Amino acid sequence: MSSRRSRSRQPGSSRITDDQIQDLVSKLQQLLPELHNTRRPDKVSASRVLQETCNYIKTLHREVDDLSERLSQFLETTDSNQAALIRSLLTQ
Amino acid sequence: MSLNLKSLRTRFALRFIRALKKIHHQEKSFNKRYYKVKVAADASMAAAVGPRRAWSRALLSRARLGWRCRAQSRRESVECWRRKRMHGHGHARAAEGQGQGQAQAQELRSLVPGGEAMDLQNLLDETAHYIKCLTTQVNVMRGIVNCCSTS
Repeated sequence: MSSRRSRSRQPGSSRITDDQIQDLVSKLQQLLPELHNTRRPDKVSASRVLQETCNYIKTLHREVDDLSERLSQFLETTDSNQAALIRSLLTQ
Repeated sequence: MSLNLKSLRTRFALRFIRALKKIHHQEKSFNKRYYKVKVAADASMAAAVGPRRAWSRALLSRARLGWRCRAQSRRESVECWRRKRMHGHGHARAAEGQGQGQAQAQELRSLVPGGEAMDLQNLLDETAHYIKCLTTQVNVMRGIVNCCSTS
């Protein structure tokens, strides 16, 4: 216990404060659709935010995999989808 | 035609489409093409962000080394993690204030490129940026897929 305390009071070390972490966690929370509209955003625990962040990243990764598969199918079937691709870019 | 070249979305889309065209001309086998599209999506995003972020730097160097080294880098990251554990919770100390959530932080490190080497503060900061970029990536890719399926 005492060793822990002395470690956290190292002079000159750029230790991050709990406030800074809390600030970053709440920023993260705002990006998560799952937690964005909770009634009491301040009541969500940090570990819950981190867990939901992991889940959300995994969902996005899966989506990228899925979309890559569909795109590679399109590259096969279309002779030249260059026009379509450029059109899609302009409508973004 | 008012293309906002500054927006990340456009920069990613331009690079990604250029890569798709190249893949379209070069790759004949489906498996290889799928793999290359996936890699191109990540590499285009990282290139659009540039080297100012740790996660994009990690992706860029991974792309530069070739994704064949992927297995090796995964081995390295496991090694790195083991070393950190042996050296007595190097980064876990930063999470002490949070109490729990260390398991989640560890999982997050494996999901964010280059996350293994980050302390908690950097990890959270980089994760927020990474999520924003991933969302953009998914939106652009979805837009292209939609366009291809309607045309």
